[in-house]
Amino acid sequence: MYKILEKRYLNDTVAEMKIDAPLVAAKAEPGQFIILRVDEEGERIPLTIAGYDREKGSVSIIFQIVGATTKALSRKEAGDCIEDFVGPLGRATETEGKKRVCIVGGGVGCAIALPVAKKFHELGAEVTSVIGFRSKDLLILEDEFRAVSDKLFVMTDDGTYGEKGNVCAPLERMFAAGETFDEVITIGPLIMMKFVVAAVRPTGIPCTVSMNPIMIDGTGMCGGCRLTLNRDGERVTKFACVDGPDFNGYEIDFDEAMRRGAMYRDFERRAYDKACNLLKEGE
Amino acid sequence: MANMDPKKAPMPSQAPEVRARNFSEVALGYDEETAVIEAGRCLDCKHRPCVSGCPVGISIPDFIRKIRERDFKGAHDILQISSSLPAVCGRVCPQETQCEAKCVRGIKGEPVAIGRLERFAADRARECGENEATPAPSNGHKVAVIGAGPAGLTCAGDLAKKGYKVTVYEALHTAGGVLVYGIPEFRLPKAIVKTEVDGLKALGVDILTNVVIGKTLTVDELFDKGFEAVFIGSGAGLPNFMGIPGESLNGVYSANEFLTRSNLMKAYKDEPVTPIMKGGRVAVVGGGNVAMDAARTALRLGAEKVYIVYRRSMEELPARREEVEHAMEEGIEFRLLNNPVEILGYENPDDRRDPKNGAVAGMRCIRMELGEPDENGRRRPVPVAGSEFTLDVDTVIIAIGTSPNPLIKTTTKGLDVNRRGGIIVEETTGQTTRPGVFAGGDAVTGAATVISAMGAGKTAAAAIDEYIRNK
Ligand SMILES: Cc1cc2nc3c(=O)[nH]c(=O)nc-3n(C[C@H](O)[C@H](O)[C@H](O)COP(=O)(O)OP(=O)(O)OC[C@H]3O[C@@H](n4cnc5c(N)ncnc54)[C@H](O)[C@@H]3O)c2cc1C
Ligand SMILES: Cc1cc2nc3c(=O)[nH]c(=O)nc-3n(C[C@H](O)[C@H](O)[C@H](O)COP(=O)(O)OP(=O)(O)OC[C@H]3O[C@@H](n4cnc5c(N)ncnc54)[C@H](O)[C@@H]3O)c2cc1C
Ligand code: SF4
Ligand code: SF4
Ligand code: FES
Repeated sequence: MYKILEKRYLNDTVAEMKIDAPLVAAKAEPGQFIILRVDEEGERIPLTIAGYDREKGSVSIIFQIVGATTKALSRKEAGDCIEDFVGPLGRATETEGKKRVCIVGGGVGCAIALPVAKKFHELGAEVTSVIGFRSKDLLILEDEFRAVSDKLFVMTDDGTYGEKGNVCAPLERMFAAGETFDEVITIGPLIMMKFVVAAVRPTGIPCTVSMNPIMIDGTGMCGGCRLTLNRDGERVTKFACVDGPDFNGYEIDFDEAMRRGAMYRDFERRAYDKACNLLKEGE
Repeated sequence: MANMDPKKAPMPSQAPEVRARNFSEVALGYDEETAVIEAGRCLDCKHRPCVSGCPVGISIPDFIRKIRERDFKGAHDILQISSSLPAVCGRVCPQETQCEAKCVRGIKGEPVAIGRLERFAADRARECGENEATPAPSNGHKVAVIGAGPAGLTCAGDLAKKGYKVTVYEALHTAGGVLVYGIPEFRLPKAIVKTEVDGLKALGVDILTNVVIGKTLTVDELFDKGFEAVFIGSGAGLPNFMGIPGESLNGVYSANEFLTRSNLMKAYKDEPVTPIMKGGRVAVVGGGNVAMDAARTALRLGAEKVYIVYRRSMEELPARREEVEHAMEEGIEFRLLNNPVEILGYENPDDRRDPKNGAVAGMRCIRMELGEPDENGRRRPVPVAGSEFTLDVDTVIIAIGTSPNPLIKTTTKGLDVNRRGGIIVEETTGQTTRPGVFAGGDAVTGAATVISAMGAGKTAAAAIDEYIRNK
């Protein structure tokens, strides 16, 4: 059992929790993730390590309530326990030797992007961040990003906050003005990452994406998280949980990844409705 | 006078048409009377040929004699000397190629049902609560075991009985290895595995789940924590794919994923929280126990049609005979000498948002014939030119084998593996190329059997004991 030490909401549907997990905290690096089960009958879901405190032995996660499991997790309060919490899994983001980077986060993907931005900042790199949301009430982590970025662009689709438009707009402006980076790292919905990759491609700047396919074990045992990369004219299969979650964005077959992500959509919708109905009955 | 019936006492089982739709155990087990009658078929041979067929050398005629004498507890005591998982092995050992293959009664008629008798004695002891163990006095030494499968659990149990303080580190949230995530409930009820695991805990073994060695902790850190030796029983969990087009379509599973969703994550229950493709038409590629389990699980989940697609013939089919027979009785269709060449996908060019886009729409196969024997004497299947055809399926489960996971190897200095990823060990001790580190089971051999993994765990426990005492 793993105790929830703190909990706070970042907006209506995104919450942050600090979990007591000293073994994970001791090893965690930006870019890695954990897998948890809320209770004994629960599903295993992966969430990125949003922060860690090696001394206190705590790990933070930031999650968006999108379905039955994240809903169940959101019902837990500080002082409660969750059943399982395993990690750190996956490879850490490569941060060595990069002087100028651009981090592009979308929605709850910003929670995954923040520790990466922070690490680059600590290593003395010049960090430009672009964070995008559908609307003002979905905005998260603005102050945290500002604290670790040399330049920050905040975008909303509907223009209710920051600049109106999607995250590609400031990227294209910067490229047109001749700005360049050692690397662009993008984390967010697949469709957004696909567009970011397309925007960066003409510049030839290395573009890393953080993939989030459906996972079970997170150790390379099931192959459910497999992705196809187009590498030198060949199609190569990789397991996101052990080979990733970061990949070279130019190689990823995004269309396939989007289809695989939607494999259980009907099931998920039904499970979510059921979870909400149960909660209503309980109230 | 021995019972000279040429046939084994029949095993009571659920009727095929009933069991094909439920997850309860297929074979129900002998009752006392039947067990005593079957035990009467054993001739108590002086030269004990059956014992040489058992990888852990169970004193077969002795435990069977005890059953004949109705000393059921005595029978179980004898089993426990050589095996820590008799209730499991009695159910899942490929007896027809091991102990029972050597039984003299098999020369004319069927061999003695050694596996069923072993299962009977173990089940009875468990039901009567006769298998409780008491912790041994501590000898003050600490050993770490990686992986809670049959190899790791056996090694941990043997060491605990000698007084070692053993900690087992398991990556998943439940102990048992393949016994919980792979082999389905209808063949091996999970309650049995849980009893075995609880028995170990009663011996004082600590089992820490949710620890991935190579990620959460490394082998070096285990030594830093004061463990004097480490046993690696991490299995062969990495699924192989065929490398044919279409393997990433929706509805294509590795057997590991399919079985894990159903077994470990309980997707077979009425209101599961973890999804799985149910119903439809399913092709399972492969011919081992894993393929049989996947096929029979798919059937129980409601598939209307299930095929086993295997590139060799019935003779080479590596699965346990009983499972093949059960699968056939349940209505699974065997497409032998067939080999997949491509998985076809559904594609609606007029509607890019059609939710079926990217789903399996069939599997192209080619017929095979058996050619010249290869180096192992198995006749190599060769494709018949121009014989391709399409199997109408919407789910494909790939059960063509697994390899050892490289996670521990890549994070442990001085640990050598062979070409296939198996950890290199000295066979009689399980000693790896790294001092103080021992290994056994599927992590060494690649996918094999429960009993051989258990045997390796035993061997290593003895060697670890000697290693620590001589240090
Ligand atoms: C490496 C990785 C890191 C992630 N980090 C974060 C994070 O920091 N914060 C966050 O909010 N989300 C993160 N996610 C996504 C998160 O795992 C899903 O939102 C969560 O599993 C949804 O579960 P649910 O039952 O609430 O919703 P569901 O209704 O079950 O699913 C909603 C969507 O989530 C995805 N999903 C469902 N089950 C899984 C699963 N077992 N594994 C992966 N995806 C699944 C599906 O694509 C689905 O469309 C991450 C995913 C991965 C793979
Ligand atoms: C579906 C299926 C059916 C089978 N049917 C039969 C049968 O009928 N008869 C038979 O004899 N054999 C059968 N087998 C084979 C048999 O189950 C295996 O040979 C046996 O389980 C191997 O035991 P093991 O202890 O070496 O490994 P496993 O049972 O694989 O256990 C290894 C354990 O180590 C854990 N682990 C792995 N890596 C790490 C890590 N880095 N850190 C911590 N823990 C880790 C795993 O999660 C797992 O729990 C079957 C196998 C499968 C998959
Ligand atoms: S452990 Fe397996 S091989 Fe040995 S006697 Fe029992 S069933 Fe036969
Ligand atoms: S070979 Fe068969 S008959 Fe002879 S002792 Fe063994 S089990 Fe009994
Ligand atoms: S989640 Fe199972 S292999 Fe990646």
